[in-house]
Amino acid sequence: MHMHKYEKIWLFFGIGSLFLFLTIVGVSAFAQGNQPPSCLTTIDPEKVDQTPPFNKPGLVKTGDNEYQLNIVASAFAYTPNQIEIPKGAKVTINVTTKDVIHGFEMVGTNVNMMVEPGYVNSFTKTFNETGEFTILCNEYCGTGHHLMTAKVKVVDKQ
Amino acid sequence: MNETMKVDRRDAKLAMAHIYVAFIALALGGLAGLLQVLVRSGKFTLPANINYYTILTTHGVLLGLVLTTFFIIGFQFAAVSRTAGTLSDKARTTGWLGFWVMTIGTALTAFYILIGEASVLYTFYAPLQAHPGFYIGLTLVVVGSWLSGFAMFAHYAKWKKANPGKTSPLLTFMSVVNMILWLVCSLGVAATVLIQLLPWSLGFVERINILVSRTLFWYFGHPLVYFWLLPAYMIWYVVIPKIIGGKIFSDSLARLSFILFLIFSIPVGFHHQLVEPGIDPAWKYLQVVLTFMVVIPSLMTAFSMFATFEMYGRSKGAAGLFGWLRKLPWGDARFFAPFVGMLFFIPAGAGGLINASHQLNQVVHNTIWVTGHFHLTLATTVVLTFFGAAYWLIPHLTGRVMTKTMNRLAIVQTVVWAVGMLFMSGSMHFAGLLGAPRRSAFSTYGNSPQALEWIPYQIAQAIGGTILFIGIILVLIIVTNLAFFAPKGETEFPVGEVAETAERTPLVFENWKLWIGITVALILIAYTIPFIDMIQNAPPGSKGYKLW
Repeated sequence: MHMHKYEKIWLFFGIGSLFLFLTIVGVSAFAQGNQPPSCLTTIDPEKVDQTPPFNKPGLVKTGDNEYQLNIVASAFAYTPNQIEIPKGAKVTINVTTKDVIHGFEMVGTNVNMMVEPGYVNSFTKTFNETGEFTILCNEYCGTGHHLMTAKVKVVDKQ
Repeated sequence: MNETMKVDRRDAKLAMAHIYVAFIALALGGLAGLLQVLVRSGKFTLPANINYYTILTTHGVLLGLVLTTFFIIGFQFAAVSRTAGTLSDKARTTGWLGFWVMTIGTALTAFYILIGEASVLYTFYAPLQAHPGFYIGLTLVVVGSWLSGFAMFAHYAKWKKANPGKTSPLLTFMSVVNMILWLVCSLGVAATVLIQLLPWSLGFVERINILVSRTLFWYFGHPLVYFWLLPAYMIWYVVIPKIIGGKIFSDSLARLSFILFLIFSIPVGFHHQLVEPGIDPAWKYLQVVLTFMVVIPSLMTAFSMFATFEMYGRSKGAAGLFGWLRKLPWGDARFFAPFVGMLFFIPAGAGGLINASHQLNQVVHNTIWVTGHFHLTLATTVVLTFFGAAYWLIPHLTGRVMTKTMNRLAIVQTVVWAVGMLFMSGSMHFAGLLGAPRRSAFSTYGNSPQALEWIPYQIAQAIGGTILFIGIILVLIIVTNLAFFAPKGETEFPVGEVAETAERTPLVFENWKLWIGITVALILIAYTIPFIDMIQNAPPGSKGYKLW
């Protein structure tokens, strides 16, 4: 099939930059570990309150400057909904839901994940700056969807 | 060539029936959209206890599914009748059957949404559970569209039989590709509705596998956008060259790009599920790579369009690097509306690259940025192209002509649309980057300082949305005029001819076994293992919830 010379040049550079781009994305994902939240852990959505760590939701220290933040989402609230994190902490956020699908977005950060019944989702972030972040539900879950929120304060260590 | 110049009166009626429903959906869905932007500005509340999410569901279903599917099927019936000859009585009857099944399905779905029994949005994410009537209605819409698809396949087969060894007319070929794409992808949504959602909403089964239902939905949900886009591409490739007085740059490249869209638009649904649990990130990355393959036919299309424009301008004596731009028929709404749509596709495509990027998706996922994105792709590029097509298609089918006044109004309409969308989609993109969520009523999240930052953008959205609603009123005036009041006369259904310099089209493009085979193979590669994983490692299923 005949192709115009200019079209060949156009497609050569277009497809070339496409593959360069996909390589960069791939290296970032697999060599540097920048994968989207894709936790494979399952849980019985009707027994969340009895299943550790979600039977005692909240911030748990797991190591030197390392923490786990376990959060339960349900219509239309997060438990807990007032969270204090010491500055510099590396926090693994685990979230699950007791009922329908929810979103978990920490505004102004890269923490943004789907929370689906039967699954735990997880993302790790280091909080290097003090400040206040709003957590909100960004996946439609019912009438009170836009009222579903929580607050995170990153504070200086005492 | 056994092309007919004019669509047969009986086929025209079938096409027009679809177009009427499409524009009624535009009127109602547009009104719902206006209410949404007003609520979201924080300055307005819905009267009489109307639920914001009922309006949102109405908007999505009417504009995302009804307007698009009805217009596309109507346009394609006209296109195959125009290029492959008048439909047989059998094909036409099947088309009418499809039309009525779709219309009854739409009415049923709309009924259950409006009485508040189905405020689950058009993505109907389980375990939110709608009334069974909602799922039955949507099933009828899909089944009706299949009947019309079969009518088009039969018509194409009849043409091939009558013209052995010949290349089929380009518009007919493209319509067939689009209906194959639609058939293959809508199997996914049919599966989740018929096997999972419907039995569950009727109470036959208690629980449902959430991740499987979402995966089946997105197996359908992304090709759906190409089902919207390909008819716009048909108009760009075949109709626009004729309108400006030029030629189709290359018949074979047009066919190649359609085949590439067929192959690469389906095994890609995971890019809507990038931040979801339960799917291994390596499989997500594979589908990201496949998603990006549609960049290739998109680049080919962009090249073809501008090559056609430049060749035409130069044939009229244009000089200099961009002199040909001045030779284009800017005063002709049939050209101007789709052209503005094309321009909007440049930022729209760039935004799409961001959304589908493995990691970058996390920044914008479920923010109103995404809403801004598809209001550029669907609600500007595709919709303005459809409007531009309506300006010749409707008078052609109703035996009327578009007056100069209406043409001028259509130019104004296009400008109004572009300005409204710049405001609305532009502020949606910015607010989304600041974290404002999509699919949400107005909220300050407990006076969060971060949420208060979004309010100026939300007011700009309301201004843009109001301008767009004026655009909808204008297009409805034009369409009503063209359908019922414009002076009687003959309007051309423009079908471009291929440039003399283009080479003969190889027949391999119509080797359907090959292309469908590759399509199915890629789907199996992309989905089999993760799908088995989902079922084998499934958590306990979910009961239904009605939380609105």
